[in-house]
Amino acid sequence: MDLTLKIWRQANAQAKGKMVEYKVTGVSPDSSFFEMLDVLNQDLIEKGEDPVAFDHDCREGICGTCSLYINGRAHGPDSGVTTCQLHMRKFKDGDTIFIEPWRAKAFPIVKDLIVNRGAFDSIIQAGGYISVNTGGVPDANAIPIPKVNADAAMDAAACIGCGACVATCKNASAMLFVAAKVSQFANLPQGKIEAKRRVQNMVAEMDALGFGNCSNTYACEQECPKEISVSNIAKMNREFLSAKLCADVKDI
Amino acid sequence: MIKLDSKIPEGAMADKWKNYIDHAKLVNPSNKRKLDIIVVGTGLAGASAAASLAEMGYEVKIFCYQDSPRRAHSIAAQGGINAAKNYPNDGDSVYRLFYDTVKGGDDRAREANVYRLAEVSNNIIDQCVAQGIPFAREYGGLLDNRSFGGAQVSRTFYARGQTGQQLLLGAYSALSRQIKKGKVTLYNRRDMLDVVKIDGRARGIITRNLVTGEIERHAAHAVVLATGGYGNVFYLSTNAMGSNVSPAWKAYKAGAAFANPCYMQIHPTCIPVHGDFQSKLTLMSESLRNDGRIWVPKKKEDAEAIKAGKLKPTQIKEEDRDYYLERRYPAFGNLVPRDVASRAAKERVDAGHGVGPTGIAVYLDFEEAIGRLGKSVVEARYGNLFQMYEKIVDEDPYTTPMMIYPASHYTMGGLWVDYNLMTTVPGLYAIGEANFSDHGANRLGASALMQGLADGYFVLPYTIADYLADQIHVPRFTGKEPEFNDVEKNVNERIKKLMSINGKQSVDSFHKRLGHIMWEYVGMARNEEGLKKALEEIPKLREEFWKDVRIPGDTAEFNNELEKAGRVADFLELGELIARDALNRTESCGGHFREESQTPEGEAKRDDENFTYVAAWEYKGDGQEPELHKEHLTFEAIKLVQRNYK
Repeated sequence: MDLTLKIWRQANAQAKGKMVEYKVTGVSPDSSFFEMLDVLNQDLIEKGEDPVAFDHDCREGICGTCSLYINGRAHGPDSGVTTCQLHMRKFKDGDTIFIEPWRAKAFPIVKDLIVNRGAFDSIIQAGGYISVNTGGVPDANAIPIPKVNADAAMDAAACIGCGACVATCKNASAMLFVAAKVSQFANLPQGKIEAKRRVQNMVAEMDALGFGNCSNTYACEQECPKEISVSNIAKMNREFLSAKLCADVKDI
Repeated sequence: MIKLDSKIPEGAMADKWKNYIDHAKLVNPSNKRKLDIIVVGTGLAGASAAASLAEMGYEVKIFCYQDSPRRAHSIAAQGGINAAKNYPNDGDSVYRLFYDTVKGGDDRAREANVYRLAEVSNNIIDQCVAQGIPFAREYGGLLDNRSFGGAQVSRTFYARGQTGQQLLLGAYSALSRQIKKGKVTLYNRRDMLDVVKIDGRARGIITRNLVTGEIERHAAHAVVLATGGYGNVFYLSTNAMGSNVSPAWKAYKAGAAFANPCYMQIHPTCIPVHGDFQSKLTLMSESLRNDGRIWVPKKKEDAEAIKAGKLKPTQIKEEDRDYYLERRYPAFGNLVPRDVASRAAKERVDAGHGVGPTGIAVYLDFEEAIGRLGKSVVEARYGNLFQMYEKIVDEDPYTTPMMIYPASHYTMGGLWVDYNLMTTVPGLYAIGEANFSDHGANRLGASALMQGLADGYFVLPYTIADYLADQIHVPRFTGKEPEFNDVEKNVNERIKKLMSINGKQSVDSFHKRLGHIMWEYVGMARNEEGLKKALEEIPKLREEFWKDVRIPGDTAEFNNELEKAGRVADFLELGELIARDALNRTESCGGHFREESQTPEGEAKRDDENFTYVAAWEYKGDGQEPELHKEHLTFEAIKLVQRNYK
């Protein structure tokens, strides 16, 4: 396959960026999108040019590092996959492919296609945990948990924190990311004790970091590589409302 | 001159860890906050250790090369985590988990460490459930188990096919809680480039900020390396692209012995290589072997026809299929340990029975399981793995058998540590895959997660106190000590040297060539001639690298090629040590197979008389041969016998 690539190049956070055109030839349809970019970079290095910087690590769709906006879609045209799982057989010979970074105020660009998603870490630090120290916990089978609840918690917990939901939302909202974590714990008895505090702190942090409001377009669910359901957002809203209505939450 | 002292506590096997805890030194809470600890790596071992140490009151700094601690490669572990809970009532116990792990490791692990691992395994499951990890459950609400290779009981806990992800996110959430409290300071996008010693003790590290290129100093009372394994020395492996040996290698050069580097695990169930541009191999969880049956065509002409695209696997009749694992190992069948399964696949492929377009693959078939359990049950168990396979290979594993082949996956070797998990450098610890201690010559499935979390949650927090108790009068280090100047100077000089070469070939091209040498001569089956060849080829390639590598860009910016160059330079040294260790060990054991040492049936043959030891290598300077030290292994609780899975 021969392809034309239009790629966002930006030297660093302060620099002005622009789209730059490149050609790649002889790409195998069985190669992954990143293997195609590897070919391009190998070419650029041989020519003495600066290779394109992009984030990637596990290359099997689980670490959540990769983050390309391809032809106007987070993680590209395939559904239920990360960029690293996207294969070139999803494109046609002669295609022009536009490649951009995630674009969101809360995700500033580091270089080229790489953004800083530290805001997601900050949201988890604000309350995305159950407050237990190591040791001194009850036996794992002490509290039976209905299978449906455990499965629902697992569905939500599958989030890989890649940020596709933010990138695709016209408001750059982080609601699906936050809702997935809130919902995981809301489904489990262990998480109930701090549920009110958790949801209020995480939502407050999300707002403070500059993420927008939910756009109600469900684009996040569409583009989520792990297909996390927007019903988690409804669950988070219920949790949030009940926490707000409850007078006894002082320690937030 | 290194002296190996394993510091195994007194007493019967089952009492050692208890005796240790009863008598280890403690640090009182008001002193803990005067002590700084550096943890490098945020995988299961690093994140769990940092969170636990901070909860206890120490001041912790944690480092990762990724953009977030949640992305460490532990996240990619799929199948599960072992524990001796015996919930299924099928005869499991601490002793049996200990026994299976030592036997799985082909009697080359340190008994006392493994027993402790089995003892704390149950605490890990309790801890993880308390953290809200959504393990699989039965309809009655209790935890579900499945079985894994090398065991005849079901002791593996799992969270769909994403157990590593869920366990890591649990440790990451505990870590995040401590970051919020200010007890842990996180340094992301940092490469550790060297370790700093003061008066012989590890007191800090030098890092490079991968965004700005700045070289930084970090000081502490103790340094913990949780930096994972070195499987990427093969270039193609199941490891993440960034996984590297550099922190462990710098520790080796600073005086920490490197143990059993030749013990590397080649995982039997990976998606086969399909082309030269390939950058990475994807693992299909070993849990698939619970229900999948592995086979190749009995007739060579069928294999040829499949290769040529003239025949489909579903057209081959039952009687023309060779279920070679079930045939050779009736007692364990498809659930033999990984090294045995990998070699058996290679044997069939080498004999001309391999399938797929390259002829370098075997089938993993779910037809029988779908018939027995129904598609929905198979989907519930393995759905995400099947989806992953389909995305990569573009074939539906529900209707046509998967193709698999072994690939480099895990490294049992690593930094030598004593019972305290301390390396031969005082104050320098190694935990998780970065150390060598628990898996002997082969690791059983679902044991890596167990070991990472055991070290981080339940072992290191006790053993590090025993060291730090003597350090409470040592004032905080500032990083301005002259020793930091010297190490930082070396680090800067190395970067300058790399940038000044300005040659013609990319870093990746060297890495690929190293990978070819390693796979060819230091791979699944090794012999004296090949290993000697590798010992000639690797230094030549290294020399070429230092003359002709091209690194574009600048040092004072985000420069991925510079990062990779530093890592590949270290792999080029490590590869030689692996070959040297493999040459020295003329026996076959676990993941290390020497063609000269096999039974008439082609099974691995150990040499207990001459090789019941840990080979710990001491660095003697560039261009010098490393010195071999032997830690002789004694077996009190288990009798040394050849493994038998028949």
